[in-house]
Amino acid sequence: MCAFNAKKILNTSKLSLILRRLASQLYENHNHFENAVLIGIQPRGKILAKKLKEILISEYKIKNIDLGFLDITFFRDDFGRKNKILSPNKTSINFFIEDKSVILIDDVLYTGRSVTAALAALQSFGRPKKVELLSLVDRRFSRHLPIQPDYYGVKVDSINNQRVEVKWDKNNKEASVYILQNEK
Amino acid sequence: MKNKLSVSNLLGIKYISLEDINSIFDAAENFKEVINRKIKKVPSLRDITIANLFFENSTRTKISFELAQKRLSADVVNFSSSGSSIKKGETLADTVNNILSMKVDMIVMRHPSPGASVFLSKNVNSCIINAGDGCHEHPTQALLDAFTLKSKLKDFSNKNILIVGDILHSRVALSNILVFKKLGANVKVCGPLSLIPKYIETLGVEYESSLENGLKWCHVASMLRIQNERMNQSYFPTTREYAKQFGLNLNKLSQCDKDIIITHPGPINRGVELSTDLIDSGKTVILDQVENGVAVRMAVLYLLASKL
Repeated sequence: MCAFNAKKILNTSKLSLILRRLASQLYENHNHFENAVLIGIQPRGKILAKKLKEILISEYKIKNIDLGFLDITFFRDDFGRKNKILSPNKTSINFFIEDKSVILIDDVLYTGRSVTAALAALQSFGRPKKVELLSLVDRRFSRHLPIQPDYYGVKVDSINNQRVEVKWDKNNKEASVYILQNEK
Repeated sequence: MKNKLSVSNLLGIKYISLEDINSIFDAAENFKEVINRKIKKVPSLRDITIANLFFENSTRTKISFELAQKRLSADVVNFSSSGSSIKKGETLADTVNNILSMKVDMIVMRHPSPGASVFLSKNVNSCIINAGDGCHEHPTQALLDAFTLKSKLKDFSNKNILIVGDILHSRVALSNILVFKKLGANVKVCGPLSLIPKYIETLGVEYESSLENGLKWCHVASMLRIQNERMNQSYFPTTREYAKQFGLNLNKLSQCDKDIIITHPGPINRGVELSTDLIDSGKTVILDQVENGVAVRMAVLYLLASKL
């Protein structure tokens, strides 16, 4: 699919403000993260989760935050239904989530199917006390399932043949968010 | 794992490309992480029904396939030829077509006749995985052997692999030679000349008559079982003489003065191809092979099922 007519909806400075606001909301709810963990949904939630952890450590002086990455490939509900094969990434959760509050982190919330798969995948690592969802972009009015974010960066109205992409630079330092039009 | 496999069946290593092998390894790496979790099951194949047709005895392969299928949430039916209508004279194609009409999606088959899985793929409309056909091929064993070695060697180029034992009757030998050559390793075979196939050099493989010289040359020694059940004549004077000349023990290994990775596909004839002291010393990767077998078979099933 070739993309054209890209519209930038967030630049680096706006994104930086949003990340700081999201970190502050997480700090308000989870304080020093004694009983809360961050889990980035692979692949695109990983960078975002790392960024939020960096901000929480540098600005709120939190000493230790457990951060994991969850691959949902084998839990997706579209297996065998797409021409392209689903490529798995590495799952890395080196801590127990039993009785913890888990903050699932992804860059874009669209149909809600990835989050549903993540909730199923999470069960392999224990029974969390609570699961929250943080999404940088909430593509509202596009949901296939009853999933809503607890924390969001920006809400976007988009139609089905559009894509929303968070593009990070090579060093994962700066990013912008675009709405792209897909060719049919 | 960027592309789907180039094949719809896994009939042998001969039929798959290097890209296919690497795709299987990539997926197996992920499944290895999954099977080491406390909860080892993923729902990927929950709509898929798989029949395991074993017309020949098996312990590891059968259990490994069944565990792989169950950990992928597939529905599994098991069939063995004893106690079936095969005994009443039903043909292989008829048996399988009857099973398939019960809406089975994939067939995993072990059969004593070489080429049985290729025959089946031409006569039935289903996804076939060869779990060993006579002395022809055993592709999943070769893939799990190579996957185990990949984690130890990192790269196969300029690596020397010595395959020792009954090359003539071993399906593992042929599949291993093919997979190691495709991955870029150098391969030699070693064993009594009576157990070396005449066509061996056409596979790009050299013959080494001395185990000691072979051990000095190799990074990996892949020891194979003497397949007494397939021997219809005497290929060497006595088992004792075979063990003395081609069996590996701690003493022979210590004389090499280097670390050699020792593999064996199992089952082992203790005291024949491997001595008991060597097996129990922890210097082999036999149990790693068994563990990786489940991950590799999960990868094969997952990738083939995505084409259904």
